[in-house]
Parts: sequence; C-alpha cells; structure tokens
Amino acid sequence: MNKVKSFFSYLIRKDVVKTLLTSVACAVVGLLTGYIVLLIVNPGAAGQGFKTLVLGFLDVPNKYGMQAEALAKTFTRTAPLLVSGVAILLAYKAGFFNIGASGQFTMGVFAALYMALVWHAPWYLCMLGAIIFGAAYGAIVGLLKAFLNVNEVISGIMLNWIALYLTSMLIKDSPDMWDSIKFETLSVKRVSPGSVIPSLGLENLFAGYEYITISIFIAIAVAIIFFVILEKTTLGYKMKATGYNKHAAKYAGMKEKMNTVIILALSGALAGLSGALLYLTGIEPWYCPTNVPSMGFDGISAAFLGGLSPIGTIFSSFFITHITIGGSRLDTAYYSPEIAKVVTGVIIYLCAFVLFIKEQLNKRILKSDREKLLRKTLAENGISYTPPPKNSSFAGTREDKPKAGVSDNEKGGES
Amino acid sequence: MEQYKIEMLGIRKEFSGLVANDNITLQLKKGEIHALLGENGAGKSTLMSILFGMYQPDAGEIRIDGKKVDISDPSVATKYHIGMVHQHFKLVEIYTVLQNIILGAEPTNTVFNFIDMKKARERVVELSQKYGLAVNPDAKIQDITVGMQQRTEILKMLYRDNDVLIFDEPTAVLTPQEIDELMQIMRNLKSEGKSILFITHKLNEIMAVADRCTVLRKGKCIGTIDIKSTTKEQLSEMMVGRKVDLNIVKKDPVIGNEVLRVENLVMADRIHKKNSVNGVSFNVRQGEIVVIAGIDGNGQSELIYGLTGLEQVVSGSIKLNGADITKASIKKRNESGLSHIPEDRHKHGLVLDFTMGYNSVLELHDKPEFSVAGFIKFKDVAAHSDKIIDEFDVRSTQGSNTTSRSMSGGNQQKAIVGREISRDTDLLIAVQPTRGLDVGAIEFIHNRLIEQRDKGKAVLLVSFELDEVMNLADRILVMYEGEFVGEFGYNKVSRNDLGLYMSGAKRDQVNAIKEGTTEA
Repeated sequence: MNKVKSFFSYLIRKDVVKTLLTSVACAVVGLLTGYIVLLIVNPGAAGQGFKTLVLGFLDVPNKYGMQAEALAKTFTRTAPLLVSGVAILLAYKAGFFNIGASGQFTMGVFAALYMALVWHAPWYLCMLGAIIFGAAYGAIVGLLKAFLNVNEVISGIMLNWIALYLTSMLIKDSPDMWDSIKFETLSVKRVSPGSVIPSLGLENLFAGYEYITISIFIAIAVAIIFFVILEKTTLGYKMKATGYNKHAAKYAGMKEKMNTVIILALSGALAGLSGALLYLTGIEPWYCPTNVPSMGFDGISAAFLGGLSPIGTIFSSFFITHITIGGSRLDTAYYSPEIAKVVTGVIIYLCAFVLFIKEQLNKRILKSDREKLLRKTLAENGISYTPPPKNSSFAGTREDKPKAGVSDNEKGGES
Repeated sequence: MEQYKIEMLGIRKEFSGLVANDNITLQLKKGEIHALLGENGAGKSTLMSILFGMYQPDAGEIRIDGKKVDISDPSVATKYHIGMVHQHFKLVEIYTVLQNIILGAEPTNTVFNFIDMKKARERVVELSQKYGLAVNPDAKIQDITVGMQQRTEILKMLYRDNDVLIFDEPTAVLTPQEIDELMQIMRNLKSEGKSILFITHKLNEIMAVADRCTVLRKGKCIGTIDIKSTTKEQLSEMMVGRKVDLNIVKKDPVIGNEVLRVENLVMADRIHKKNSVNGVSFNVRQGEIVVIAGIDGNGQSELIYGLTGLEQVVSGSIKLNGADITKASIKKRNESGLSHIPEDRHKHGLVLDFTMGYNSVLELHDKPEFSVAGFIKFKDVAAHSDKIIDEFDVRSTQGSNTTSRSMSGGNQQKAIVGREISRDTDLLIAVQPTRGLDVGAIEFIHNRLIEQRDKGKAVLLVSFELDEVMNLADRILVMYEGEFVGEFGYNKVSRNDLGLYMSGAKRDQVNAIKEGTTEA
C-alpha cells in the first residue's frame, strides 16, 4: 500500500503526469457541462446529441468512406489550430499574451493567398510568405512592447482589426484574388494547383477526401521542433527566464528588449503559418469576414488544454477540432446550429481551467515538499518530529497565510 | 503572588505538520520591558499573531490580568488595549503626523460629527510631552525621518490608551542615535506603567533596556531569564543553540591593483525630482572589502544599479580593470569580471520557477561550458549546480532538481552567493547579502566574503547592519543623501561616530579614490 502511495507521490511530481491529469479532468468537466447545456435546451435529444458531439467522426456512418472522410477533415482542421496553439504557448511561456495571433493569422492568410492566386507561387513559397508576414506583424507588437512599453494585449487587439480591414481592402481590390459574384476569394485549387499543399497520396487512405494534405504532419513537426527549442536550447532557456521573471533575466544580462521582439515575431510567424496551413489546402475560401477570425483565440484554448506544452497541444487541438466537428453534426431538428457552437464553446473555454487546477495541485505539492525538508532538517538536528493530527491539516490550509502585519516575511516576494 | 499583565501559557501552534510554537510560555509583568529573542523562523511572529487573534492556538491559554480570555480576532486584542508597532510602519505617507495618529479613532463634534481637530491636537501634544516623544504634528509623514515616523506609530498606540505595547524589531531601520532615543522612550513608557514586549534578535539592545528575556529556538521555548544575571554570550548561546563567535578574525589586507574606479557618478531618482546618487567617486582594489554604510534609502541601491547596469547612469564614469564600462550592457559587465549578489533575491537573484540547476547558470547558460550549438548541456549544468550545493551547503529536497521557490530564504540566498562567488570574478558586489538570515548562515556568508578578499578579489559590500559594517570592512564609505560623507579605515571609527555620519549630523569632504598598492 505504502509502495503504491509513494509511487503515486513520485508520479504526481512529474510535470507530464500533472499536466495530463489536469487536462483530462478539464476536458471531462467541459464535456459534462456541454451535456448539461444540451439537457437544458432539449432534454429528449440530449443523449443522442451528446453522443454525436463526443464521437465526432466516429459517429459518422462507416459506409462509402464517409467516416474516413470525416477523420481526414478533422486532421486538416487540426493542423492550423495546432500551430496556432504553439504560437500562443510560445509567447505565453515568455510572459506575453499574444492575443494578436488572429491578426498575424490574417496576415499569413493574405500573404499565402496573394502569392498563390496572383503569382501562382509553389506552396512552400506561399507558406514562407505567410510566415514572414506573420512574423513581421508579430514583431510590430514586440517592438511596441519593448521600446514603448505598450501592453501587448492592447496593441494586439488593435492590430487584429487593422489586419482584418487592410487585407479585405487589398483582396477585394484585386480581381486576381476576389470573386465578386460569389463574394469570396478564388479557389486556390483551381487557379494555382501548384500552390496547394501536396497530399503525397494521402487521399487514397481517406477515401479520396479532396482537401487532405500533409499539413497535419507539418504542424506536428512544428510542435516537436518548438518543444525541443523550449526544453533543450539556450533560446528556450532565455525565453522562459524572461517569462518567469524578467527582472532576473535582465540581471543575468539577457537582452530583454531584443528577446521580446524575437519571441513575438516567432509567435507571429507561427500564427501566419497557421493561416497558410488552413487556406493552402483549399478547404474553404477566404470570405473577407467583418469579424476577427477566431483561430488565434481557439489557439489559446488549445495551448492551455495542452498544458502549455507543444506535445500536449497536438492532442488538445485534435480534441477541440474533434468536438467542433461533432458539434457541427448535431441534429438541427432538435438543436439550432448556434447551440452546437455554444456547447463546443463552453467545452473549449472550460478547458482553459487547466492552468488554474494545475496551480492548485502545485501548491499542495509544494507544501508537502516543504514539510519534508523541515522533517529532514529537524532529524539532522536530532529533534524528533511529531506528525500532525489528521484534522489539523485542514485548519492549516485555511490559516496558512498570516492575515496582516505580524509577520517577518521578507519584503522580497512582493515584487 | 506576582501580577502578570499578559500570560501565554503552554501555547502550541502547528501549520500542517510544521510546529511553529511548541508549548511556549510567555509571562509579561506589569510595567516591565520583556524581550522576546529568537532567530528568524524561531516562532516569534506566530506567537505574536496568536496574541493578536490572527491565529488560534491549538493548545494552551492566554490570560490578561489573571483572567482567561479568548482572543478570537484582532478586534478583541484592541479591546484589551494591546497595540503593536510594526517593523514596516503602517502610516499614510501624504497625511500629517496628527492625521495618522487619529486615523480610525477621530474625536468628533457632538453636533455635526465633524472631526474635532483641536481636541485631537491637544491630546497628541499632551501625550508627546508626557512620554518625551518629540514630533511635529503638522509635518507630513513623507517628509520626516524614520525615527519620527516610529514615534508617530508609538503615539498612535498611546492615543488609543494601550497598556501593552509590542515593538516588532523596532531598531532595524534606525541609526545608533535614534536607537538610543528609542531606548529612552521605552524606559519612559515603562515608568508610566506600560508593559512592553520587545521582539528582536539584537543582543546589545536587550542588554541595554530589557528587564527579562524569553528565548525561542525552532518553535520551542528555551527559557526566560533575568537580564541582570546574564551575559550576551549566554543569550546568544540560548538563541542559536551553540557557542557563537560574534567577532570575525581576519588577516591584514594585501592590497593590489585597482579593480573598480568610479568617478563623479550621478544616478537619477525615479520618484523624487533630484539625483539619488550625486557625483560619487571611489575605487575598490584587489584584496580589500569596501563597505558602503548608511541608512536604507540614501542612494545605495541606485549606486549599485548604476554599477551593475540595471539602470542607466546620468553622468560620470565607471571603469572595471581600466576598461570603461559606463555604457556597457549587463552581459558585457558580467563577462568583463563583475559578479553581483543582488539586494532583492526574489526580484533579481533567482527565477523562482526554475530549478536550482537552471538558476545556477543564469548568467552562464550560453557559455561553451554549458551549451553547444545553442543546446544546453544538462549534465554539465547539473554538475555545476551540484558543486555549488556541496560547497555552499545549500539544502533542498531534490538537489539540483528542486524548484527554487520551494527552498527556504536562507538556502535561496546561499544558492545565489554560491553562484556569484563560484564565477570567481575580479569584482564581487554584494548588497545586503545576509538580510533575513539566521546567525549560522550569516557567519558562513561573512567567511566566504573574507575568503574572496584573501584570494585577492575586490569586494564591494553594501550593508545597513552596523555589526556587519564594522566586522567586514577594510574601508568604510558612509553614504548620506546620495553622497559620501565619511571614509574610514578598519577600526578607525567608533560605532557612535559612524551613526552620526549615517544620519547626516557629521560630514567630511570625501575623495575615496585610493592609490594602488601603496597602502597596506
């Protein structure tokens, strides 16, 4: 029994296990809440509706390759979300909340579509263009932050709208790009087949689904590359140091201003890539919407549900796409299409609780570690240790913090 | 039978397994000054929090005037006329002394409930005369000295008719002269029948003013003794649990070449529109410890920020080993031989969410020893951090893998000191390296600083503790309002004189640049 307990205590201290545990818990809570919403709206159909939602592509009847097609669609839509999630978490690790990812995404879409539709450039160049445009747009946020101390959330939100209207203007003015009858951009697949991301025969695996490409592999590769950067390199070290404590980073001689620009440019590059990964598959045209595209915001959910790890984000972005597609298949006889969005929205945003729950878990572990150290020190000094009576731990957690004044805690922590 | 004002009998308090107070008994007589002595973490604060009703004891009882009482929350303590002067004053900076004193207990007119300032003033003036507490009731808190602010706090308690006054480390921020005055005030209060509980870890003050002393160590009550029948040595042994050598023995300095040379350095002050450092010049040579003494807030922090590059200098020049680093980046300074134990270990010293291993290479992570082609060499980082842990006795649960946040303050500090000293640079800048540490850790860090000096390194130390200044310095520079007002060699100044310089009462013309090897 004790062995099991100590093994558990070892496991729970592993970051991976902690993240996994909290993420799964959040996803479950999110799903249950979604179920409750379904129950409230239409109790009779809730069971069937929930099944549709949770099973996603699995709920599609497995004939004429429809299930494989749905899976392929899930993959195709996962790819941009994954990259967008990595963009968010990268900035977040360095202490920035890149709410401007949607704008950088929009710039990426524009660059990719322009190069594809106007120049008929090959797909990889279109992708590169999207990356460069996204990076440049992200760098603006970084420059404003580093040199004028403009909050990145404020400038990000403003730049989102600028990107939206700027690209709409440029696209709609260009007959090479804009189909003014259908009110959407021209089909990349038709105008410039060479600009579509190749599928390398993947469609044969997925019942000939026409939009499947290697985008999902590109996205996974990006996630792994950034995992390595964050965990193994000096660049990742610098980024995390800046994010956790920018004063200490400055003290240590890291160039915080330069780092700020680099980090936000990198994040922007990924957001831009995310745009290319979606629109260079031809799965949908760009409608020049009047609202900021939600991809950047969905990336926030994906990043948080993935425990702010690029590897975790691979799974979380798949899960989110999975239930989104499930939600879009809800029976409209019982549920209006908006309800599907509400339910998936509820699930997605509850997932962002991951961080909160993890924090609580960490606090508990920290406390028990401190106790252990105390025990060790006491033992070294030859003082016997009396474990507390069972019920006092509750009182302890409640009154742990001194309320005011009478405390010789150092001032240092207040910074 | 003796009359006790307050009795805390057999108090026990645990925080989820951590016994902060274990069967502690403290009896405060009427009209006595009772010292509560103990190192950081000995349980003094917890005991006082219990007396104030912020915590409830797990066992034991509190009696006031012989009657058992239940202090369920701080308002009950106020009802029993218990008051406290906190270490960090709780005053409204932009209010006057008078306004601060009456805050929350304003006398009002009967008709319109307006504040009766006249009545308040009369009362405050009367109190300040009675107890010899000189204050100007109309001065704003932000304009008066720390000593006067403290007197305001004391008046606040007296104004509320408190009989039991608790002083929490009251001398930490005062000059020696102000400390003497405070001691006199405490004696006055005592002779007027007030009971005083005096929390401190400074033995001199206890010997000077207290009647009795209760010593706590690691949550346990070691005993209560009469001050008349004890010695400083006995008290310190009770406090630490072993014999402590309070005096540091060090060899004569062997002075070498100039390492740091600062000329006419001017630093800006962000808050006030004047210079926080106003044209100071000095140097530090190999093999000496130069200590910048002074009361907190006289420009020491800004001076160090300028030297280390954390803030831009306004004018002046800084030379390290002859090379001008006035405008150099922090990285450049680090690389050209400067290491820095920062004042605020949580703000600058550590990334608390990093592991001990990661923190041990904060400045060095991109050096070839610890990275290749941009990839961190984890094995070498761990080896480096293990070495620091070993040499500097850093204690933690999981060695190099411990998150710095979970380490105790003393061990965090040792980790920083270890990291900076092990960089083995020509110049070591240490700002309050022993703040908030217990005697053992202080002793350890002092010895390490002296060791660096004996190895021929230049050491620049900023300290607010007189003992530290007197013990470690080969040369003392006193800083007052952004300028050097005194310079002394080892053992060339008395504590008293040093205090006068620190408070600005005395000043000399100082040019603290000394020639290289000439002086021994």
